[in-house]
Amino acid sequence: MSHFVNLSLNGISSGMIYASVALGLVLVWRATRIINFAQGSMAMFSTYMAVTLLDRNLGYWEAFAVALAVGLALGAVVERTLIRPLQGKPELNPVIVTFGLFILLEGVAGAIFGVRSRGVPAAFSQSGLTIGHHRVSFSHFDLFVLGSVLALMVLMLVLFRATDVGLRMRASAFAPEMSRLVGVRVGRVLTLGWALASLAGSLAGLLVAPRSAFSPNYMDLILVYAFTAAVVGGLESPVGALVGGLLTGLVLSFVGGYLGSSLEPLGAAVILILVLSARPEGLFSRPAARQV
Amino acid sequence: MADFRDGRPDPAYGLVVEEVTVNFGGLTALDSVSLAVEPNRIVGVIGPNGAGKTTLFNVICGFVQADRGRISYRGQPMRGHRPHDLARLGIARTLQGVGLWPGLTVLENVMAGAESSVRVDAGSALLGLRRSSRVEGDLAHEATALLQRLHIAEHAGRYPGVLPYGIQKRVSLARALMAQPSLILLDEPASGLSIAEMDDLRELLRELSRDMAVLLVEHHMDLVMSTCDHLVVLNFGRVVAAGSPEVVRSNPEVTRAYLGEEVRPGA
Repeated sequence: MSHFVNLSLNGISSGMIYASVALGLVLVWRATRIINFAQGSMAMFSTYMAVTLLDRNLGYWEAFAVALAVGLALGAVVERTLIRPLQGKPELNPVIVTFGLFILLEGVAGAIFGVRSRGVPAAFSQSGLTIGHHRVSFSHFDLFVLGSVLALMVLMLVLFRATDVGLRMRASAFAPEMSRLVGVRVGRVLTLGWALASLAGSLAGLLVAPRSAFSPNYMDLILVYAFTAAVVGGLESPVGALVGGLLTGLVLSFVGGYLGSSLEPLGAAVILILVLSARPEGLFSRPAARQV
Repeated sequence: MADFRDGRPDPAYGLVVEEVTVNFGGLTALDSVSLAVEPNRIVGVIGPNGAGKTTLFNVICGFVQADRGRISYRGQPMRGHRPHDLARLGIARTLQGVGLWPGLTVLENVMAGAESSVRVDAGSALLGLRRSSRVEGDLAHEATALLQRLHIAEHAGRYPGVLPYGIQKRVSLARALMAQPSLILLDEPASGLSIAEMDDLRELLRELSRDMAVLLVEHHMDLVMSTCDHLVVLNFGRVVAAGSPEVVRSNPEVTRAYLGEEVRPGA
C-alpha cells in the first residue's frame, strides 16, 4: 500500500512539471497553431542561465528570478524573429523552424556549458517527509513544485478569464483578422503568448533540474511527456494541460514503479493511443460544431 | 471615374477615397477608385463577383496597401494605416464571413467589440479591485442592450458555433456597433438571411444611419435599392457608375455589367 501511495505522490509531483511544460505548449498552440518543439530546449537554456549564476554564488531565488526573466524574453525574441516571418507560410515551416531551434539551442548549450551531466541544487530539501510514523517519498521540494505550478496555473487562469489582456489573447488566437478590426494589436499579443509559454517552460526547467542528470538534453523526455499531457488535455485548454499533466504523471509513475522505468516512454504512447481513440479532440476540448 | 458629386469633397467629409489603385501582381484589383461617404448617409458598393468590392474594403481597413491614391477620414489622411488603427478612428467593419470568436460566448464576442475603448489593467483584475469588475459590468450591460436591440439577447450565453447563420450575422453586427463607430463598413450583411430577417436589416440600416455613416457592400439589389442614399458600381476594379439608386438603375452600363443585358425575343 505504501508503495502505491509513494508512486501516487511521485506521479503528482512529476505530473505538475509535465503540466507546466504542457501549459507552454497549449499557450503557443492557442496563439499561433504551432507545436513548439523547442519548448524544452528553451527551458533548458534559461535553466543553464540560473545554474551559471548559482555557480557564481548568486542567491538561489535571484538566479531563479533571472531564469524566469530569461525564459520570458527568449519566448518573445523567438516569436518576433523566427515565428512572425512565417505567418501565411506553409504549415510545415514552423515545424522545421522550431525543430531547428531545438537542435540549435542544445548544440549551443553543449558548446558553451559542456555536455556532461551535473547536479543542480534544489530550493528545498528533497528528503521524503515523515507523516505520523511513515516516511513518504514526497519532499518539501515536491511541495514547492506543487505550489509553484498551481500558482502559475491560477495566475494564467486569472489573466485569461479576468483581464482584457486575456480576452485579447483568446480573441487573437481564434480570429486574428477580426481582432485587428476591433483594435487588437495581434502581433504584440502573440509575442506575449510566446513569452508566457516560455516562462511556464522555464519554471518547469528549474523544477526538473535538481532531480535529473542536468545536461543540454535533460528536457527532451520531459517534452515528450508534456506533449502527451497537452494532447490528452485537448491542446486548447490550460485546465486540460493541468489534468493531462497529472494523469500522465500518475500513469507513468505506476508504469515505472510496477513494470520498470524503461517502459515509461511506452506508457506515454499507450496513454495517447487510448485517449485519442476514445476522444480524438482530447479531454477538455469541445468537439467542433457541425453546420447542418 | 470619380464619385464626388460636387467636385472635390470637403475635407470634413466622413470617408474620402481618392483615385485609389491596388495591383496584385499583374492584376489590377482597383483602378483609380474614388468615393466619399458623408455622415448619416448609406452608401452602397455593388458590382459582380471579382469587381473589387472586398478589396476596396480591405484597402480602407489597412489589410491591403494602395499602390496609388489617398484615403482620409474626417479630414485626417490615413497613410500606411493598419487594421488595429480603425477602431480608434471610429470605423468598424463586419466581415463577409461572420468572423466570430468560437471560444467566446455571444456576450463575450460583443463585449470584445469595445476593445479599443476600454482598458482593464492586469493588476486590478488580478487583485479583484472594483475598477475591473465595474468596467466588466458596464461592458456586459452595454453589450446586453445591443443584443436586445438586435433581438438576440436570449443567445447571450451560447457559443456562436451552435447558432443559425442569420443570428451569427447579427452578433457580428452587434460587435461592430459596440465600438460606437461613426462609420460602419458592412460586407454583405444580408447574405444567408431570410426574407423576414432582411426586412429587419433594412429597418436597422435606416436606424443606424441616424447615428453614423454606413458603407455597404451587398449583392441583394432590393435591399441596396431600398436603403442606400448613394450607389457606387464597380466592374473589373473601376467605378462604372455612381449616383442615386434611380440614376444607377437606369444606367445602361450598369445593366450590362451587373444586371445583365435584356434579351429581345427573336434577337
